[in-house]
Amino acid sequence: MLVFLLRRLMQACFVMIIISVISFAIQGKLGDPVQQMVGMSASPAERAQLREELGLNDSFISQYWRFAKNVVHGDLGMSYYYKEPALDVILKKLPATLELAFCAIILVILVATPCGVIAAIRPRHLFSRFLMILSSIGLSVPVFIVAIFLVYLFSVKLNMAPSFGRGQTTEVLGLWNSGLFNKDGLSHLILPSLTLTIALMPVFVRLIRAEMMEVLQSEYIRFAWSKGLSAPRIYFLHALKNTMLPIITVGGIQAGTLIAYTILTETIFQWPGMGFLFMDAVSRVDTPLISAYLIVVGGLFVITNTLVDLIYGLVNPTVRLASHGL
Amino acid sequence: MNLLSVSNLNVSFRLKHQDLAALIDISFTLNRGERIAIVGESGAGKSVLGFSIVNLIGKPGHIESGSIKLENKELTTMNLRQLQEVRGKRIAMIFQDPMMTLNPVITIGDQLVETIRSHTKISYKDARNIAIEKLHHVQISSAEKRFYQYPHELSGGMRQRVIIASVLLLNPDIIIADEPTTALDVTIQAEILQLLLTICRDNGVALVLISHDLGVVSKVAERTLVMYAGRVVEEGPTLEIINDPQHPYTQGLLNALPQMTLPGQRLNQIKGNMPSLAERPTGCAFHPRCPYATPRCKQEQPGFIHSGESSVACFMVEDMLSEFADQSDQEVNE
Amino acid sequence: MRHLKKDLIHPTSVSRWSHIWSGFIGDKLAVLSLVIFVFYCLFALMAPLVAPFDINDPAFMDLMNAEIAPSWISNDSRFLLGTDAQGRDLLSVILYGTRLSLTIGVCAVLIQATLGICIGLVAGYSGGRVDNFLMRCADIQLSFSTMMVAIVFLAIFQSLFGIAMYQQLAMIILILVIGLTEWPLFARTIRASVLAEKQKEYVDAARVMGISSKRIMFRHILPNTLSPVLVIFTVQIANAIVAEAALSFLGLGMPATEPSLGSLISAGFSYMFAGSWWICVIPSLTLIVLILVMNLLGDWLRDHLNPRVYKD
Repeated sequence: MLVFLLRRLMQACFVMIIISVISFAIQGKLGDPVQQMVGMSASPAERAQLREELGLNDSFISQYWRFAKNVVHGDLGMSYYYKEPALDVILKKLPATLELAFCAIILVILVATPCGVIAAIRPRHLFSRFLMILSSIGLSVPVFIVAIFLVYLFSVKLNMAPSFGRGQTTEVLGLWNSGLFNKDGLSHLILPSLTLTIALMPVFVRLIRAEMMEVLQSEYIRFAWSKGLSAPRIYFLHALKNTMLPIITVGGIQAGTLIAYTILTETIFQWPGMGFLFMDAVSRVDTPLISAYLIVVGGLFVITNTLVDLIYGLVNPTVRLASHGL
Repeated sequence: MNLLSVSNLNVSFRLKHQDLAALIDISFTLNRGERIAIVGESGAGKSVLGFSIVNLIGKPGHIESGSIKLENKELTTMNLRQLQEVRGKRIAMIFQDPMMTLNPVITIGDQLVETIRSHTKISYKDARNIAIEKLHHVQISSAEKRFYQYPHELSGGMRQRVIIASVLLLNPDIIIADEPTTALDVTIQAEILQLLLTICRDNGVALVLISHDLGVVSKVAERTLVMYAGRVVEEGPTLEIINDPQHPYTQGLLNALPQMTLPGQRLNQIKGNMPSLAERPTGCAFHPRCPYATPRCKQEQPGFIHSGESSVACFMVEDMLSEFADQSDQEVNE
Repeated sequence: MRHLKKDLIHPTSVSRWSHIWSGFIGDKLAVLSLVIFVFYCLFALMAPLVAPFDINDPAFMDLMNAEIAPSWISNDSRFLLGTDAQGRDLLSVILYGTRLSLTIGVCAVLIQATLGICIGLVAGYSGGRVDNFLMRCADIQLSFSTMMVAIVFLAIFQSLFGIAMYQQLAMIILILVIGLTEWPLFARTIRASVLAEKQKEYVDAARVMGISSKRIMFRHILPNTLSPVLVIFTVQIANAIVAEAALSFLGLGMPATEPSLGSLISAGFSYMFAGSWWICVIPSLTLIVLILVMNLLGDWLRDHLNPRVYKD
């Protein structure tokens, strides 16, 4: 277990270093901090002095080292637009994005699992065929078009759910502002989370179905039948537990896609989350904010991947043995 | 009354364009505590026969006609719920590859306990005690520890023992063992076979042993069915079949056993291969490989000729018998 | 020696392809998909000939004609599918947009395929450390989704060089970004089939006969890995088109002056609330049908050529 965690940690560090180099590079290239601090009026001599004081004449490595040290201390510079520490600005928007993503993930798990299982058990049933056609179409409709149609149908035509913003939020335990605990917030959550769910669903339904069908062909399932076990026990314990292994792996890979999709969804629904903020920052060339976003997203990415690996290890007994042995 | 009686069983695989017959007109009976063997090359349909007894033929397999009776209950027409009552409790199965038979993500103990608890209403603790007792019974050391382990932590022979233990949990009337030793090391094969034999003998359990190895069969089974291309071609007491095989196919199988050849001598093999289901020859399916084939064999399917306790489906034997009968008639006439 | 020569003949035979072809003709959905796809390709190729208006003509953009509904609603026979907010004929713009989307998709996938096939061949054929390293790279690349990498990269590029410069280079950058991020899928598939092919006798035979490893890879192994490549190629073009559309939708792709399907949809989105749904809906449908058809073709190919596309 320890070795496994160490290896994961090393991989995480590697990813974080790449991301920090990228964000350092943009920061160095884009915003001239001297310009930001003294404005146009300063003389070249004053500027040169300031450059020296700020250490901008140092080597690339030592500049990066300073930047990395600051990053570790949570200092990513001030946002040009908000005039606040960039990290604070991003973290303030984090709960909105996380809430959206969690709702979507939970919806996907709750709906895709039974659908995939049913489609695998009864591949010839009308419902399964309908499901497969639906998922084929779903795979072919890009996220943003899903969002557009949902907005058109539910906001413009039926006027059932609001199409932008996050609505009312309540503070939970003084930690973050949540939209999950009041009606207005929830109603604003419907369309964005539905969009994300529809975008992720087809992949998972198809994957669960394919894996499940393969597992159902296996000898241990036949043996379970020959023991006279009940059908639900065989499908939902024996088969599903084995189906989960590849699904978890793919779920981890989808983490990056989910982040990209939240950017799209948040932009369309003007959901005040990190993705929306990021696109804003891009159009305003707010460099510290861009690099802060990259670092936070990189961190999230690493955390989810580690979590996914841990869950995989918990479900798959062979992994546990390997780490015992080491 | 027979414990199990299979009569005129026909099983086929339903494909898009055609039905392929996998089992044709199979009939046999099994008495309480009797051990029979089903022998043939791979593809003869012996596994299909084993699985069709408990209606577990994989898709697209399908029982076309015939009946399978457990005492007086018809198995072919049972619904899933009734079948679940029979499976495991009355008829249990042992599969070929112990590496694939146990679910890799569930502990040995849970796989044993669930079998008991899905047939009888007892507490987990009692079920656990029964399971551990059975693990001891199949000579698994430190059974308490094994109970909490996962299948991948056990060796192949050990897993096959676990499977035998799981089969014994509910004291079934019949055990169907589909090539139970084929996937194991040679040294372990004999142990497992011995274990199976002792257990069946001690508990009075009837055994259907499916094997391609006449050597294995001769040590365990009292009666043997030889199958070729979906049909039974010869049936009789194992000793008789081994000492005096009638059907040319059985003779070929026996000659192919390594112990039947002298050192350095070329191994005898039956020339040619078992035909696939789609290209079954007309008449007696064995005729393209049979050294004694006559034109009649290509056209007609031979019926069973009974002599004593054994029966065989071959024209050559039929002709020999009728010649013999003619001779004795003549002798009587003279 | 005769034996060796016989083994050197590649297992893929002509009869297999003709068998697949006859199966294809029997499948109505597959034929329909192919017909629609060919239809798309033809119209995209001949957009300048087929389009009712010349989009490069300054008179093409006429605000007097803005937001005219499709002809079956407005009865304005000049514009079959209506006009957009700038008074451009929607049909012409869509034809050119499809042309652009397809071009970007195909070019991007060509880059992916070239890169992926080379890396996959090298990894599969050389094995060992090289293989390990390349596949680790593929893993990492794959775990950052294309969309995420592309968004970040394009955002950075846009802020670095300014929007004006970006718009000029948009098409090339899009092709490069989409092309460079999705190679692992090809690489893994090729590697898997190379590993499988490597076991076969004809490769051994070729090696015994002293044929160089480069030649073995390109002349002997590559042709046998074609069917999985074909499958991925089809599906990947669809994915590339979707990626391009999504990026354009975010304002990171093609500019509104040179619209692809994605930028058309993006531009139309804001007019939907005002009731001009066609500006957004018609390009969306065009895109959906194109992607659906390509995915169906890809599905059909995968089911019938039956290559094992490397899963996770």
